[in-house]
Amino acid sequence: MILELAQVQIHNRTDTCESNNGFCPDWIADHFGDYVHPFFQHLILVGLTVAIGFAISFTLALIAYRRRWLINPVTQVTGILYTIPSVAAFFLLLPITGRGTDTALVALVSYVLLIIFRNVLTGLDNVPAETKDAGRGMGLTANQLLWRVEVPLALPEIMAGLRIATTTTVGLATLAFFAGAGGLGEKIFSDITYKSNVVVAGGLAVLMAAALDGLILLAQKAITPWTRAVAQP
Amino acid sequence: MNSSEPAQHSGPSSRPAAATLEFRRATKLYPGQTEPAVDALSLEVPAGEICVLVGPSGCGKTTAMRMVNRMIDITDGDILLDGQSVKDRRPAELRRDIGYAIQQIGLFPHLSVADNVATVPRLLGWSKDRIRARVDELLELVSLDPHETRDRFPGQLSGGQRQRVGVARALAVDPPLMLMDEPFGAIDPINRERLQNEFLRLQREIRKTIVFVTHDIDEAIKMGDRIAIMQRGGKLEQYSPPAELLMYPANPFVEDFVGADRALKRLALQRVRDVDLWKAPLVRVGEHTTAARAKARDSEVPYPLLIDESGRPLGWLSDRGLAGERVTEELRSRPDPVLELDDVLRDALSDLLAEEAQYGPVVNERGEVVGVLSIEILAHALRSEVPV
Amino acid sequence: MTTTFAVLGEFGDAIDFIFNSRESRLGGAQVGGLGQIWDLMWPHLKLSGAAMGIACLISIPIGLWLGHIGKGGFLAINVSNVGRAVPSLALIAFFVAYLGVGFLNLMLALVLLAIPPIITNTYTGTRQVDRETVDAARGMGMTGAQIVRRVELPLALPLIFGGIRISAVNVIATATIAPLAGVTTLGDPIINVNTYGDEGRLAAALIVALLAVATELALGAVQRAVTPRGLKLTPAGRRRHRFPITRREAIP
Repeated sequence: MILELAQVQIHNRTDTCESNNGFCPDWIADHFGDYVHPFFQHLILVGLTVAIGFAISFTLALIAYRRRWLINPVTQVTGILYTIPSVAAFFLLLPITGRGTDTALVALVSYVLLIIFRNVLTGLDNVPAETKDAGRGMGLTANQLLWRVEVPLALPEIMAGLRIATTTTVGLATLAFFAGAGGLGEKIFSDITYKSNVVVAGGLAVLMAAALDGLILLAQKAITPWTRAVAQP
Repeated sequence: MNSSEPAQHSGPSSRPAAATLEFRRATKLYPGQTEPAVDALSLEVPAGEICVLVGPSGCGKTTAMRMVNRMIDITDGDILLDGQSVKDRRPAELRRDIGYAIQQIGLFPHLSVADNVATVPRLLGWSKDRIRARVDELLELVSLDPHETRDRFPGQLSGGQRQRVGVARALAVDPPLMLMDEPFGAIDPINRERLQNEFLRLQREIRKTIVFVTHDIDEAIKMGDRIAIMQRGGKLEQYSPPAELLMYPANPFVEDFVGADRALKRLALQRVRDVDLWKAPLVRVGEHTTAARAKARDSEVPYPLLIDESGRPLGWLSDRGLAGERVTEELRSRPDPVLELDDVLRDALSDLLAEEAQYGPVVNERGEVVGVLSIEILAHALRSEVPV
Repeated sequence: MTTTFAVLGEFGDAIDFIFNSRESRLGGAQVGGLGQIWDLMWPHLKLSGAAMGIACLISIPIGLWLGHIGKGGFLAINVSNVGRAVPSLALIAFFVAYLGVGFLNLMLALVLLAIPPIITNTYTGTRQVDRETVDAARGMGMTGAQIVRRVELPLALPLIFGGIRISAVNVIATATIAPLAGVTTLGDPIINVNTYGDEGRLAAALIVALLAVATELALGAVQRAVTPRGLKLTPAGRRRHRFPITRREAIP
C-alpha cells in the first residue's frame, strides 16, 4: 500500500515527547519489537541480492577473463544497469515482474553486477605474470592454474568488491519498499517525521551495513593468511 | 673435470636421475618475422651436465630454453629428452617431468613454503607423508631449516631465501632435467656468489642435467660444464667446455663476447681448493708464546693467525699479543678477506685486492681455517698451464 | 504473447503520458504532457545541480589539500565507506525529522550525500600523482599552492571527475525521493501515483533513468576529455579508464 505524502500517519500517542515527534527512548524501548521483522526482511533481501549478484558476476568475469573481447560489452551493459537509479528501476520493472520481492531483487542485483564483475577481473589481472609463468612451467593446466593460483590471489580484490556491494545494497534496499518488498525503508517511510522512528530504523540500517562489512572483512582476513604475514628480516 | 655418468639418487623417486637432452636443428620463427628467434640449433647435453646458454639480449637463449618444455612451440626441428621428442608428450605432463626455475622465481605468494615446494608432487598425487618427507629433505638440501621455513610465506622471506625455495620447488619430484633462466639474476652480487657456490655444491651431490640461461659470461664460465654461445638471430656460435672456449674462441664474435681479459678469466676455472695453500700458523688465546713464535717462523705467512675454539679465524696477531708468556688477543688486523674453499680464484683475487691484503685465511664449510691463500699463489696460478 | 503485448502496452501508455496531457484520476488538475514534465524536471535539475556545485566547492579544495600534504588519508578514504553505509532514504528522513521540509534542508542532505565520493577521489587522485613530478616542480621553485594548481590538479582531474560522476548519479537518484521532503521533482509521479496514474509513474521512472544515464555518459565524456593524452596511452591509464575505481581508490 503506497502512502501519499499528504497522509502523514497519525499515531495515537499521549505522551508529550511522542506527540512532539521527538526522540523518545521510552517509546523506542516499548516498540523495538516492531523493527525486528523489517530488519530481517531487509537482511534477507541484501543476502539474496549479494549471493545472486556474485554468482552471476563471478561467472561472467571468469568467462571474460579468457575471452577478453567480452569485457567491454559486459562493462557497458552492467554500467548502464548500475547507473539507473533503483527507484526508477523498481517501477520500470513493475509491468514486467509485478510488485514484490522479485522486482526489488532484480533491480538490486543489476546494481551490484558492475561492482563485482569489475573487481573480480581486476583481481585476476593483477596476478603477477611471473607467478603464472612459473605455474604453467611446472605443469599446471589452465584450469588448475586458475583455481589454485589466480583465483586465490585475486581474493583480496574480490572480497573488497563484495564489501562495497554489500554496504551499498543495504543502503539501496531501504528503497525496496517502493517495490513492495518491505524492509527497514518501509518503517522509515511509515512515519517519516517522527524522530525516534527515523533514528531507530535508519540506525539499524547503518548498523547492518557496518556489521556485514566487518564480517566480510574478517572472512577475508581468515581466508587470505598470506596477506597478514609480515615480512621478517 | 666432471664425469658424465648419471648420478645415483636415493630419493623417494625411482627414475634415473638425469636425462640426456638433444636439440636437433630446433627452430623458432614467429609469424610475421623474417628472421628466426632460434635458428636450427643443434647441440647435445650429456646426462648430469650443466649446459649454459649465453649470449647478448635477443640471441634467443631464453626462447631456446622455453622450447624444451614447450612454453614456446617449436616451429621446425626437434628437441629430444632421453631420445623421445618433447612434441610427443602432452605439455602439462611433460612439464611435470622438468624442473623450472625462472629469474623472478615466481613463488606462489598465497601458499606457504612447504605448499609451494609440494606443488608438483600434489599434482602427481603423492601421499601426504611422502610429500612431507620430501619437502623437509629438499629444504635441507638448499640449506634452509625446514622447521623454521616450511610454514612461512614467500612475502616473509629474503631474496636469497626465496631463490632457494624456487630451486627446491624445481627439484621436488626429482626431475631428470632442469631448466633455469637467470635464476640468480634478481639477487644482489654478494649473495649471488654465495648462491652460485652453493648450487655447484648441490649439483655435485645430485648431478642433474641442467640447461642454464644467463647473459653473464663470467657466470657461464663458472657454472657450466659446456657453454653454448649464441648470437642475435638465434645462431649457435660455439659449443664447448669453458677452458676450450677461453683458449680457442671459434670466431671474433666469441672472442669479443668472452672479453679481452681471457687470461684473467682463466682464474675462474680454478677454485681455492684446487691450488696448494700456504700452511697457516694457527694459535689460540692462552697458548705458550714460544710455540706460537716457532709456528710463525716455520710458515711462509709472516704473522700468526688467531683462531677461536671452533677453529674460526679471529684476526692476525700483533707483536704485543706475543709479548708475554701466553698469547693474548691483541690483533694487528682483522682476518678479512676470509675465503672459502669453493671460491673461484678470480673472486678470491678480487676480494684480496678489495681489502688491500696480501693474503687471507681459507675456511672450509664449517668455518674452520684450513690454510692461507696469498697473492703469490694466485700469480703462480696465472702463469701456469690451465688444467682441463 | 499476451503478456508481452501488455508490457509493451504499458510502456506505450507511459510514452503517451510524456507527450499528451490528460485529466488527473483524482479529478481537477491536468497531468502529463511536455510542459508538466519540464515543470517536474527543472526542480530536479536545479536541486541536483546546486547540491553538486556546493559539494564540489567544499570537497575538491579539501581533497586537494589533504592529498598534497599527504595527511588525513584514513579519514578521506573511510568517509566514503561510512557514507556508503548510510541509506539515502534514512538521510533524507533524518533531515526531514530534525529540520523539517523544504528546498534548503533537502539540498543540505544532498550535499552531504555528494561529498564522500568527491573528496575520496580527489584525495586519491592527488596522492597518485607521481612523487617525482611534484619533486621536480618543487625544485623549480613552485610554492605549495602553485604545485597544487599547476601540477597536481590537472593530473588528478580524471579521478576527480570520476568522483563527480559517481556523486552526480547518486544525487539525481536521490532527488527522485525529494517529494518526501516537500520538494516536487520527477519523483512526484512515483510517490504520488494516485494523482498521476500508473502511466505517469512509469513515465517518470523512464525519464529519471534516462536522465541518470545521460548524466553519466556526459560526465564520462568530460572525464575522457580532461584525461591528459599521456595517461590515456599507458596500460595503467587504459585500465583505469575502463575501470575508474579500484579497491584502494574511491567508491561507486
